[in-house]
Amino acid sequence: MKKILLENDHVEGIRFFEAYRKHGGYRSVETALKQMGPDAVVEEVKKSGLRGRGGAGFPTGMKWSFLAKPEGVPRYLICNADESEPGTFKDRYLMEFLPHLLIEGMIVSSYALGSNRSYIYIRGEYAWIVDILEQAIAEAKQNGFLGKNILGSGFDCEIYVQRGAGAYICGEETALIESLEGKRGNPRIKPPFPAVKGLWDCPTVVNNVETLTAVVPIINMGGEEYAKIGVGKSTGTKLISACGNINKPGVYEIDMTISVEEFIYSDEYCGGIPNGKKLKACIPGGSSVPILPANLLLKTAKGETRYMNYESLADGGFVSGSMMGSGGFIVLDDDQCVVRHTLTLATFYRHESCGQCSPCREGTGWMEKVLKNIEYGKGKLSDIDLLWDIQRRIEGNTICPLGDAAAWPVAAAIRHFRDEFEWHVLNPEECLKRNYGLAGYADPIHVPVGS
Amino acid sequence: MSEQLIKVTIDNITLEVPAGTTILNAARMVGGEVAPPAMCYYSKLEGSGGKCRTCLVEVSKGSEKDPRPMPKLVASCRTTVMEGMEVKNITSEKVIDARNGVVEMLLINHPLDCPVCDQAGECDLQDLSYGHGKAGTRYEFPRRTFDRHDLGPYIQLHMTRCILCYRCVYVADQLTGKREHGVLDRGDHSQIATYIERSLENDFIGNVIDVCPVGALTDRTFRFKNRVWFLKPMNAHRDCPKCSGRVTLWNRGEEVYRVTARKDQWGEIENDENGKTGWICNECRFEKKQTSDWVIEGPRDISRQSVISQNHYLKVEEPQNVLPEVMGGRNPKLLMDIHDVSDVNKPEIHLSEIQGPATSQTFEDNSNINPQ
Ligand SMILES: Cc1cc2nc3c(=O)[nH]c(=O)nc-3n(C[C@H](O)[C@H](O)[C@H](O)COP(=O)(O)O)c2cc1C
Ligand code: SF4
Ligand code: SF4
Ligand code: FES
Repeated sequence: MKKILLENDHVEGIRFFEAYRKHGGYRSVETALKQMGPDAVVEEVKKSGLRGRGGAGFPTGMKWSFLAKPEGVPRYLICNADESEPGTFKDRYLMEFLPHLLIEGMIVSSYALGSNRSYIYIRGEYAWIVDILEQAIAEAKQNGFLGKNILGSGFDCEIYVQRGAGAYICGEETALIESLEGKRGNPRIKPPFPAVKGLWDCPTVVNNVETLTAVVPIINMGGEEYAKIGVGKSTGTKLISACGNINKPGVYEIDMTISVEEFIYSDEYCGGIPNGKKLKACIPGGSSVPILPANLLLKTAKGETRYMNYESLADGGFVSGSMMGSGGFIVLDDDQCVVRHTLTLATFYRHESCGQCSPCREGTGWMEKVLKNIEYGKGKLSDIDLLWDIQRRIEGNTICPLGDAAAWPVAAAIRHFRDEFEWHVLNPEECLKRNYGLAGYADPIHVPVGS
Repeated sequence: MSEQLIKVTIDNITLEVPAGTTILNAARMVGGEVAPPAMCYYSKLEGSGGKCRTCLVEVSKGSEKDPRPMPKLVASCRTTVMEGMEVKNITSEKVIDARNGVVEMLLINHPLDCPVCDQAGECDLQDLSYGHGKAGTRYEFPRRTFDRHDLGPYIQLHMTRCILCYRCVYVADQLTGKREHGVLDRGDHSQIATYIERSLENDFIGNVIDVCPVGALTDRTFRFKNRVWFLKPMNAHRDCPKCSGRVTLWNRGEEVYRVTARKDQWGEIENDENGKTGWICNECRFEKKQTSDWVIEGPRDISRQSVISQNHYLKVEEPQNVLPEVMGGRNPKLLMDIHDVSDVNKPEIHLSEIQGPATSQTFEDNSNINPQ
């Protein structure tokens, strides 16, 4: 497969303008600003079928066309570089090694949306990347790709980098906007949506880093060509950050036609499970999406091969499927304990809830405590049903999707690994001594009909 | 141009409301059970609401134009009505179930120290739990606690009771020049605080006590002085250069125990005669504790449902007792002294001395009578 985002990531000095430009960098800015109007760029992105890479997979072209354009009101583009979801580290790779690709994508996107001041909101922990990005911005400005009247087109654009202060919730777009405005990063109540009232109450588009970099190849090759890569509504390439029990953790660019099995076992990608262990489970799209046991991961409930794309990963809904999410691919081998793993995630969400709405604020803490009891051999069988009930009461009843994101992993773990929870309760001493769960899931198990 | 009216149906009751009205406010026009409980929304505070999730309702029909139901329950306090919208509140099992869950969540870390809480008797959370909660709890862990803090001479913050409705934050934002307290940290460890311990100094900051739905912010000049249901609320006013000066005095006899703003049936501060919210200043609230400071307008209407309506009106002038006069000097406990008019019963047995309900046997021997 031909890489289109990471094509040049190993070129010496590609982090700097000179090498980047030599390898075809900033061509899309020239094409867009000299030959295309803003609407034509939006049209091209629509044709490409590009879907948001931040997690929800919303079609980017459509999102852009929703942007309100009242007379005399500035519009803003914000790049969401808050990447804090456990298991997701693809944006970091892009920004660290190909900063100019992001800047290039942002210039073209800013042009399409009419944003003269665009922002990169980056997670606080990526402190050193701020310098890399600011250097890239300075270089782009020196070379006339940013600033006033870019390439004589009459379009002005500045890009600013703003560091977050270490809160996962500030990745949620309205919390991000609040934080960018200098306030506490609480998600806003929608509507109004950012496309109408976003940053400083002006129309705003928030896009993920990878989404904005994908605009570069879309303009370079044309939306239709881009749409030919991939399958169905999963067009283009997707970065997957793979981690966990695999031989080759890292960031991979895939074209969404390969099967999950190939992705895990082929040497081109994850290179299989180390130490002769078996695949037990996997979270295919970042910590928020449902975990799947090996059998449901490799094949759908209908017995079809599961592929690494939006539709196939979601096949079966939450009963037997999961989500593409942000592409944080976490693999668990048969030594891993699902209860402990779920506890780790619950701790994360408890810590990261902004605390605005009562179900999420109280429910995440409660789930963590119950899970802790189960993990440490102090649980009761009724605790499993209690957990189920707590997550059910959080999901869908909150302001922002963090509540759902906290509920889904718990729900999926109980749905698919209930006997592991029961084992913990029934073997309180043994579960303290060993730090792994039941291994049976690594063997293909029966998929219930109609699930 | 006349205001555009929008037709909306809530719990099978159809009414017309001005465009832009929220579902909650439309439901309040119907009133009673149809109005969802609201713990964080406060119509007088811009931007409030959406947080506690007690007001969730089901929208079974989005609008005439787009009749699809809304996929999730929505916060009625922050969702505006659309033409032809159909809403289910108490007629939706989903809503009842979700609300039950929200109440449970609000209570798991609440200290339930109502017996020693000044808010008891006028606490929205008490009412909410009574109406929508369960008798038991499934929460088996230690509850979250915080130390109490005095925010200056007038206000005490008892964070353990706080439900993080943010109302006090909005009051400080919208009523005072510079907000000095806010929410620190996040999630289940977030708290209302001043960060560095300090007193809140502003002429209008006392209003946070009135908007707080629970006993997290209480009046230090009133703390532990009395229970609200022993007090008699009176409308009163005075000429105040800073605020409307329209208040409720909470008296016992001649003594003014506390002063609050006047609250309406939704627990919100009423508007004054100019249509402005009747916020009151600290001086009226904390310093004017003599009846002579006030022009008393008369007793305040209190809902029959409220425990406050049970109060004992002390030092109220009682109607003159004319019984001894007409009964030849006797002053019977019962209006009609049964022993006097009936030979069936034994006049030497005093009914009030019988343990439990009287039976025919009670009158045959005297063994059931309380030895005194
Ligand atoms: C709790 C939470 C955290 C999020 N974190 C991120 C993030 O770190 N990076 C990101 O791109 N999107 C994140 N999102 C998704 C954003 O809200 C938003 O949907 C996304 O930035 C839109 O970009 P896209 O259309 O390009 O995907 C998060 C959402 C939620 C609810
Ligand atoms: S769901 Fe959680 S993170 Fe989102 S607004 Fe509510 S409390 Fe905050
Ligand atoms: S102190 Fe009272 S008003 Fe302030 S957030 Fe807590 S419950 Fe709400
Ligand atoms: S009153 Fe509507 S969410 Fe609190």
